[in-house]
Amino acid sequence: MAGLIDIRGLGLAYERDGQVTQVLAGLDLTIERGEFVAIVGESGVGKSTLLRVLIDLAKPSAGTVRFHAADRPPETRRLSPMALVFQDSRLLPWRRVLSNVAFGLEWRGIGKAERSRRAQAMLDLVGLGDLGQRWPHQLSGGQRQRVSLARALAVEPDVLLMDEPFSALDSFTRESLQDELLRIRAATGRTVLFVTHDIDEAVYLADRVIVLTGRPAGIGAELRVGLPQPRRRRDAALADVARQLRMELSQRSAEL
Amino acid sequence: MNSVSRTALAAVGLVAFLAGWEALPRLGLLNPVLVPPPSAIPPAFLREITSGVWLTAVLSSLSHYTTGLLVGAGLGILLGIAAGMSAIFDNATAWIVRLVRPIPGLAWVPFAIIWFGVEPAAAVFIISIAVFWIVYFATQGAVRGVDRDLVEVARAFGFRSAGARLIKILLPAATPGIMVGLRTALGQAWMAVVAAEIFGVPGVGQRMMQASSLLSSDIVLVYMLTMAGLYGVIDTGFVAAQNWLLRWRA
Repeated sequence: MAGLIDIRGLGLAYERDGQVTQVLAGLDLTIERGEFVAIVGESGVGKSTLLRVLIDLAKPSAGTVRFHAADRPPETRRLSPMALVFQDSRLLPWRRVLSNVAFGLEWRGIGKAERSRRAQAMLDLVGLGDLGQRWPHQLSGGQRQRVSLARALAVEPDVLLMDEPFSALDSFTRESLQDELLRIRAATGRTVLFVTHDIDEAVYLADRVIVLTGRPAGIGAELRVGLPQPRRRRDAALADVARQLRMELSQRSAEL
Repeated sequence: MNSVSRTALAAVGLVAFLAGWEALPRLGLLNPVLVPPPSAIPPAFLREITSGVWLTAVLSSLSHYTTGLLVGAGLGILLGIAAGMSAIFDNATAWIVRLVRPIPGLAWVPFAIIWFGVEPAAAVFIISIAVFWIVYFATQGAVRGVDRDLVEVARAFGFRSAGARLIKILLPAATPGIMVGLRTALGQAWMAVVAAEIFGVPGVGQRMMQASSLLSSDIVLVYMLTMAGLYGVIDTGFVAAQNWLLRWRA
């Protein structure tokens, strides 16, 4: 069965100073449309690399990534079918907030007024509707990450890729942004691929959790979180899933 | 020390300096032809203004200045971007730059005269060279120093061509560095104006040489202060423009 993204036998190696490092090897993964998939694993295991391959910032050395994007209206064909939210917000400091959100829309065929309208709608969606004329340096870390999320959503991507987007935030801000993300996801039905090293975050958010282990990394375990949204944070069933996942993780790393 | 007393102290210092300067020639300690007292300046200034010489000289110098600045800074930014973006360009020009760059701007005066004659174009040429290298290196360094993470943002949103990279990321991100180079160039260009005009192209420099050969040292002083004043105005304007352009910075 073909999913939205089919990854088959994916491998990635890079060479530095004559030394070849294999980061990913033999990775198979299918993502269905509308799914929220979390990818967990130790830092440096290659989680971010996987996202970078998907958005074409890194070239795989083996395997295929097949992507069945929805047809877009002609004027938006050049928009990226995937959008990435970086760990550090990476807003462009010389653009005002609204213009940062409109960044990915700057292709011919989308007029300035239309861009602003869409960017404003996305800012409203992340709850920062009245901060459009601020400069990025005037925002808090949580606000910057919301703007980064709005910038990604503005291109109406088939897949929203998120690379540890909340890991640099304090726990209050992190929890409110997690809930915000779930709300937005419910409202827009976006497919989300969410990288994190936080198991509790993964099980709270995702429909399915993929564990990357090994060096080179492959899929060590996979777990469906069979609990309906909205979930409660201190829920016993959720804690069970998290415990199960931790056991899998420690087993896998013990096997290595 | 608060700002009022600081200003007061600076004013006292300036007044003392002028008083000493005024006293020395008046007391016969210095030859007033060689060191004219400051009180000689306003009448000399008035003479230059009313005869129309001042305006003509200043306007023609300003025209050399702006043209030379535009040409030199324009080429400096253009080639600096090329060197900052392209390793091929940078490597191909590395030794040329090493060879040509150490030549002092004024060493080009003979060629300026041979190529352009004693004409405004010669002055513009000298000024352009003085400005070019400063802006070139500032731009190259600024473009090369742009945060790779920001370039990656553009790539992630599909802006992958060199042109898009330049317009969307490199140029805005490098603007602070380029502006620093431009501000230095603004001062260097004034020095080059005098040098370029001293060999005879009409303007402030030429007028100063004329006055000096007639021992009208008061007129020389008028133009020295004129240049200081003009530079002050231009630099203040530039800083205002810079602050506005870089208002996004914390």
